[in-house]
Amino acid sequence: MKNIKELFWKLKTKNMSKKKRNAYFMAGSIITGLILLMVIIGLFYTPYPPTKMDASAKLQGISLKHIMGTDNMGRDVFSRVMYGSRITLIIAIGTVAFGTIIGSIIGAFTGYYGGILDEILMRIIDALFAFPSLLLALVFVSLFGQGMYQLILALGVAFVPSFARIVRSEVLRCKNMDYIESARLQSVSDFRIIFVHIMPNTKDTLIPSILIGFNNAVLAEAGLSFLGIGSQPPYASLGKMLSDAQSYLFTRPSYVMSIGMTIVLMILGFAFLGEGLSSSNK
Amino acid sequence: MKYIIKKILMMILTLVVVSLCVFLAFNFIPGDPATRKLGTEATPELIQQYRESMGLNDPVIVQYFRWFTSFVKGDMGTSYNYNQSVASIIVKKIPITLTLAIMSFIIMVGLSIPIGIYTAKHENGVIDKVIMVLNQIIMAVPPFFSGILLTFVFGMIFKFFKPGGFISYEKDLGGFIGYLILPALAIALPKAAMCIKLLRGSVIAEAQKDYTRTAYSRGNSTGEVLYRHVLKNAMIPVITFMGMALADMVAGSIVIEQVFGIPGISKILLTSISNRDYPVVEAIIMGIAIIVIVVNLLVDIIYRIIDPRIEVE
Repeated sequence: MKNIKELFWKLKTKNMSKKKRNAYFMAGSIITGLILLMVIIGLFYTPYPPTKMDASAKLQGISLKHIMGTDNMGRDVFSRVMYGSRITLIIAIGTVAFGTIIGSIIGAFTGYYGGILDEILMRIIDALFAFPSLLLALVFVSLFGQGMYQLILALGVAFVPSFARIVRSEVLRCKNMDYIESARLQSVSDFRIIFVHIMPNTKDTLIPSILIGFNNAVLAEAGLSFLGIGSQPPYASLGKMLSDAQSYLFTRPSYVMSIGMTIVLMILGFAFLGEGLSSSNK
Repeated sequence: MKYIIKKILMMILTLVVVSLCVFLAFNFIPGDPATRKLGTEATPELIQQYRESMGLNDPVIVQYFRWFTSFVKGDMGTSYNYNQSVASIIVKKIPITLTLAIMSFIIMVGLSIPIGIYTAKHENGVIDKVIMVLNQIIMAVPPFFSGILLTFVFGMIFKFFKPGGFISYEKDLGGFIGYLILPALAIALPKAAMCIKLLRGSVIAEAQKDYTRTAYSRGNSTGEVLYRHVLKNAMIPVITFMGMALADMVAGSIVIEQVFGIPGISKILLTSISNRDYPVVEAIIMGIAIIVIVVNLLVDIIYRIIDPRIEVE
């Protein structure tokens, strides 16, 4: 079961021409740039207040006045998407940051010191890794309650194993290299060796994994919010909005589609960026 | 044989560790079960009496073993909300969720193996390129959104199926499976896309190795080299992926069941989570954990059959 992620990456990147890589990277930057632009503008300006209801304009289609139409309470969908994307992004960033930091620390220490602690932690991480992350997050939410911070914690814990593994295997690769030996002979502390001398070497594998993690975080967040677990109304994240919109699929398809497509674009942007970056490293 | 026995022992060990974690998490984090059962206004004597009768004053390990043995025997406790045994609540829902997961697995394998081999064989051809771009896009569509899209296309445009018109497997098995095809497809599509990519890459990587050249030099045709030599090696990472995908599908079906209104495990799990009905949540989580662990064991055994060189780590 081990190293599957690393293998996946190697295989993905091997058979690709340089031109195609750049195309992926370009497409990824453009899509992600647009989404970020939308979120940043949303900080200062939305066409309508995202919670303002208008009983005379319920479930309208796409028009110049409402470029994504309105929802069942007459709220402007585009304004809500601007706001919802921000929440989705914040949760995704929080999740990936948590997973990367905790995962890297665990991976670095267990990889560097080895021994019984390594064995025990790796067994636990193996078990966690095999467990579907959606379910793990559900367990956490059921124990600690619902809400944005709980969601970040729940998803973050689910992301720790994969990062711990990646960093651990990189540390194992580096820790017996000559320059580490020489640092050790100069009585550099273990702490400094791990974080100053070894960790920078992990960036080539870590950065694409962070982007892929981002991608998975957006997916997982959307999935959990879709189930009604996650950020609470009135400011809903994209997944929550989509599940609200689902009941109007047949009366007003554009409402569902515009929200769904935003999620797809967000994921696609990060996926393309990851694809482009990981191949240009090698 | 030795390999399999070792793996089974490992599996039992993992099972014990996982069940211990689940037990500890659900029995100690959410507060005292006695106050939960009797309410906060119960007298201390009453609580003490209840604790004694339920064995809550025993050491944790004793409590764990009691819970574990009764769980193995099929007694999973009583639901707080429904006031019936957890087993009776879940047992009818399990076939629905499992059928859905297995159907999506079959769709995934059925789609990805032929397409993966085809694209690897015709690397950089037009069809290969189109499939690769499509793959990338399909991977970015979350299963619940592809579920909504499928409902829209087949339910509204083609009118193939009635959204929300779930048919119970006890009434009409054919109709039940027919209803599950679209949900299964929604779960399977992104996994199939990943699997195609992995298989394609893996076959191409194996085809560049020395043994492939040797096989060609002995006068084998492309088909013989591919099916007798390359594929066996190329399948190993793919099988790992498929094992993980099957576990993910069991969990993924929870979301899809919500989209298509399928009364499987999902509904119970979600309502139990929001009602803090811990025995039910605990039992479902344990059930899924057992499935995941058994699937991992099967993957390890299949490895060994494909590649006898693989040893116990």
